[in-house]
Amino acid sequence: MKKAAIIGVGQSTFVRSYPGSIRELAFEGFKEAMKDAGLTSDQIDASVVCSAPEYDKQRSPAGVFAEYLGLNPGPTFYVETLCSSSSTGLRLAYSLVASGLHETVAVIGFQKMSEISSAESQERMGRGADIQWESPFGTMMPAYYAMYARGHMEAYGTSLEDLAAIRVKAATYGQLNDRAVYRKPVTADMFNDPENMMSNPVASPLRVGDCCANADGSSCIIVASAEKAKAVCDKPVWILGLGAASAPVNLAGRDVFNGLDVARRAADQAYRMAGVGPKDIDVAEVHDCFTIAEMMAYEDLGFAERGQGKELIRAKATYQDGEIPVNIDGGLLSKGHPIGATGGSQIRTIVLQLRGEAGQIQVKNPRIGLVHNIGGVGLYGNVTILGI
Amino acid sequence: MGKAKKDIDDRFKKFGTVGFTATTKVNDFVTHLEEGKVTGTRCKNCGKSYFPPRADCSRCLNSEMEWFPVEGNGKLVTFSRLSFGPAGFKEDIPYTIAVVDYGDYKVFGRIADGIDEGELSVGMEMTTRANRLPNGQLNYVFEKA
Ligand SMILES: [Zn+2]
Repeated sequence: MKKAAIIGVGQSTFVRSYPGSIRELAFEGFKEAMKDAGLTSDQIDASVVCSAPEYDKQRSPAGVFAEYLGLNPGPTFYVETLCSSSSTGLRLAYSLVASGLHETVAVIGFQKMSEISSAESQERMGRGADIQWESPFGTMMPAYYAMYARGHMEAYGTSLEDLAAIRVKAATYGQLNDRAVYRKPVTADMFNDPENMMSNPVASPLRVGDCCANADGSSCIIVASAEKAKAVCDKPVWILGLGAASAPVNLAGRDVFNGLDVARRAADQAYRMAGVGPKDIDVAEVHDCFTIAEMMAYEDLGFAERGQGKELIRAKATYQDGEIPVNIDGGLLSKGHPIGATGGSQIRTIVLQLRGEAGQIQVKNPRIGLVHNIGGVGLYGNVTILGI
Repeated sequence: MGKAKKDIDDRFKKFGTVGFTATTKVNDFVTHLEEGKVTGTRCKNCGKSYFPPRADCSRCLNSEMEWFPVEGNGKLVTFSRLSFGPAGFKEDIPYTIAVVDYGDYKVFGRIADGIDEGELSVGMEMTTRANRLPNGQLNYVFEKA
């Protein structure tokens, strides 16, 4: 049953523009994870490097990192599922370890989005969709999620105030996270003040305050076999459940616009593998690239019935002392979203929570945590359940 | 210069304000737009309808397809008005993208210029028509039925 554990976690501080090269950026998350695990580079058997390649000038970064991080001559390879790349990396690391092929695997996520201009970056994000049939219309990530926001509001009566409340929660905790890009308070009033940037329209019905920011960052997760984990780690965090799914890239191929099919499927798989249900989750990290994404995650993960996600945020049930704390590290909305590093950062937060090492944001005695990490606009879905 | 350049059928580069794809087996789609028609493909073997059009049927792995016109009314499923655009689309701002459901298939595209966001509501009847853009490129747009 317990085949692999996480024995080390790390991430860089997420920043708007990292003043170094990508190998140096990757080193920051790696170093923290290795110190956390108490390992040296020669004890890592293989590495999985995760990012969205359209931001990289370096071709095949895995090879470059393996040298810089001291991981030669171990095998290394690259994986990408857009914003969920490092959750996919974790899935691969689990497979490599559970199969017995390797004992200890490093999952290294990174993104230096600032290597290209913001407009170029938006064009590349648009190309995360269908470049043959959608991008020629001038699509962007916020507009796609905005179409889901419209669908959710239409189906369930979710309001713009409900979405703003998710950002207010994120900022409540973002202020406490010294690794986050955005650390200022956000109030609901800001969304009603035309003078305030938060209220500015991006893609209706979403406003600036509903969107996360690009960032540069890295993360690293060290995965080990059960035997190895027990031998070297006092507090192994077990990988109990993994779920992953894909959906048609073109929105014309989708049937539902008030939730993400990939998240529902990945959650079902992960719950089944772990032998737990939504009620068993003590703390969760969900992919809040936009406020609506967190709202849909509440429902797709079963924390709330379909259409009832708004009641969770209205009741503050997803705050630190609520029934199911969600994104109490500030989420992507506060931390920023360095595509390839994001999943690893979410996993790190849950690992720290389960070990009781989450500091100010520690929830009380959590046993089981969940990570929901989405690539593209519900193109790839990954759900990971961790436990002690 | 490159040899046989004129032999490459790159009609598809005319699709959209900015095109990212030049060659595809469904290049006739662009010729149909020139003729004022919006078309999808249907599998000659199993009858499955595809929009956007495809050269190959993933249901029965057949590659014999026939064109059909996207006509009549569909229902507006969802939409969003963009206040920012990606590189190459700044001149078009603001514009509204949308999904329209025709039952057998859905269509992703843009709402025709001149239709105010306030005039739109989920579930309303829409039609789809071929459209020539100010820069000479082609696309298709949704209008109120
Ligand atoms: Zn067929």
